[in-house]
Amino acid sequence: MSDAIRVEDLGKRYQIGGMPSGYRTLRDALASSLRRLSHRDPTPPKDIIWALRHISFNVERGQVLGIIGRNGAGKSTLLKLLSRVTDPTEGRAEIYGRVGSLLEVGTGFHPELTGRENIYLNGAILGMKRAEIECKFDEIVDFSEVRKFIDTPVKRYSSGMYLRLAFAVAAHLEPEILVVDEVLAVGDAEFQRKCLGKMSDVAHQGRTVLFVSHNMSAIMRLTEETIVLEKGQIALRAPTHEAVDYYMTREMTRTGERCWSASDDYSTTSPFHPIALRVVDSAGRLADRILSTQPFEVEFEYELQESITALRTGLYLATSRGEVVLTSFDTDDPQRFERITERSPGRYISRCHFPANLLNGGRFVLGVNASTFRIRSYFTDEHALTFTIDPTGSPGSHWPERRRGLIRPALEWDFSEAAL
Amino acid sequence: MDQTKQSLEKQEIDKLTVIRPSRGWAWIDLRELWRYRELIYFLVWRDIKVRYKQTLLGAAWAILKPFLSMVIFTVIFSGLAKLDTDGAPPPVFYFSGLLPWVLFQDGVAKAGNSLVTGSSLITKVYFPRIAIPLASVMAGTVDFILAFLVLIGMMIYYGVRPMQAIWTLPLFLLLALVTALGVGLWLSALNVQYRDVGYVTPFLLQAWMYASPVVYSATLIPEGWARIAYGLNPMAGVVQGFRWAILGVGEPPSGLIIISILMAIFLLISGMLYFKRMERTFADVV
Repeated sequence: MSDAIRVEDLGKRYQIGGMPSGYRTLRDALASSLRRLSHRDPTPPKDIIWALRHISFNVERGQVLGIIGRNGAGKSTLLKLLSRVTDPTEGRAEIYGRVGSLLEVGTGFHPELTGRENIYLNGAILGMKRAEIECKFDEIVDFSEVRKFIDTPVKRYSSGMYLRLAFAVAAHLEPEILVVDEVLAVGDAEFQRKCLGKMSDVAHQGRTVLFVSHNMSAIMRLTEETIVLEKGQIALRAPTHEAVDYYMTREMTRTGERCWSASDDYSTTSPFHPIALRVVDSAGRLADRILSTQPFEVEFEYELQESITALRTGLYLATSRGEVVLTSFDTDDPQRFERITERSPGRYISRCHFPANLLNGGRFVLGVNASTFRIRSYFTDEHALTFTIDPTGSPGSHWPERRRGLIRPALEWDFSEAAL
Repeated sequence: MDQTKQSLEKQEIDKLTVIRPSRGWAWIDLRELWRYRELIYFLVWRDIKVRYKQTLLGAAWAILKPFLSMVIFTVIFSGLAKLDTDGAPPPVFYFSGLLPWVLFQDGVAKAGNSLVTGSSLITKVYFPRIAIPLASVMAGTVDFILAFLVLIGMMIYYGVRPMQAIWTLPLFLLLALVTALGVGLWLSALNVQYRDVGYVTPFLLQAWMYASPVVYSATLIPEGWARIAYGLNPMAGVVQGFRWAILGVGEPPSGLIIISILMAIFLLISGMLYFKRMERTFADVV
């Protein structure tokens, strides 16, 4: 098999600092060039970050390759380089064939234009020929399920309709190489399932696909091989299940505690600073291994440097395969939420009590989130800590078999003879 | 036949794209731009469609804008200041000067902002970036055509007969577009880095209008070196030539127009070079 993509020693450097507001004004540029003239000092090294460096890999024609990694590991930068949105700083990549990139759905959608007009515009932006769009128009409309509103400006669409239409156009792109970033993370569950189905069709049509996602079950369903990126480098390239296991358990302590160091840069989360996340067993000890038959607690400790109104902190619980078990917030009780509308500056611990006989055996991943509903998300870490649930002694464990399912509650059973 | 078609398709599949750091000056890839002509068409079409959406008067604004300016100019510069209009009826004189000027002014203003407003495109999809300012400039021609119909009506009303030289009109139109694109490329690329451009542009355009014979006749400028220096502003040649082509007033632009053409080409080429050089950082900086 020949290669569709060949990447050699690719690197991308960004200059940070010096541009605190995100863009430069003429005055800054004049001032810094004057400074350079008088001192001849190059940009200090701390202002330079390599988002990606020494990346080499190849993708065979027809292969579906997954790319996973934490936020900031360089996934998006890699896709941007391969789709030619931005130029690399060093190295090279060779791509054989037409590339279609889906870094976002609905790129170029104009709110004033109708659904029909946006299909044409968006299709052209994504690289489809006009004839191609015309021929697929009905298919796209059917997939999006918005036929009734196709001549309505999309600014009148609900967000769900908008996303469906946007994805429908993107899904009918037919380049030889498809580069996809996290586009499945939108819309409701039903639509996500549909998107995933469409993506797996694409993957099985013999097209070369690079697929970035945080959704481990999507990665496992669509790809056979996966690259794990860490701090701008390739940490591992392996069959997907190995890569996912590596990724999910990587950088996680096995002590039942995860601490965020004060030296890390939390300027983006300010005034919220995470301190630690702990799993505590029924005897009050930090624990990596919890008996399914025992209750346990999860503590999230954090500091507020200013008071925050309507803050809620919460937990995501997922399996190491990425299946979400539950989401819970410390303000889920409406009365309590009324009572503590504002949290003043200081250190806090939000503690969640898990009852006995809740989870099935296996390795679980805890994520944390601190946000104000629909206003601002201060801090999110979806893979903050892992722990193991030991099913010993849980209901039915006298049969030494692995039970399927995420939860293993003690349910009441009775049986009697059915009255005829 | 079939075989050639197949091998063509194969070529398309095997088409190699090499991604590597670009350095220094480079030329805009016109062949690639041509391949993206459908996208340019759709961008122009979008700009036209969207321009007067959710306005009460809609496309009438394309006519009203120059028309109202014409009324003001007629009252102030002809009525009060008694400026000479080369013997043409003042409303026709001002309106015919305003048409190419508004085409240029709108083109520059829209193109200058186009990359910043289109930043979501730039950071998500690849295509030749020049398509965006190019489409902004081209979209203005529809407004121009609408206003031109009004000019024809005015000429009939005032009994102004078009001259033989009317065939040169497309040339002046093209010259206005080239100049607008050249300036638009400079401003749009600068705007990505320096948002100061957004504040400078209105003043620049205002000053530029008074440096062009929109409200007065270029015959006011003394012959000789002064006239040649005046031609360094390509819009001087455009506006004067435009009037000459349809009204036959003023003088046939000779020396003036050649300098204007050279200057317009210089603006376009330097704009393209600068744009191409800055292009690779757009997605990171915008």
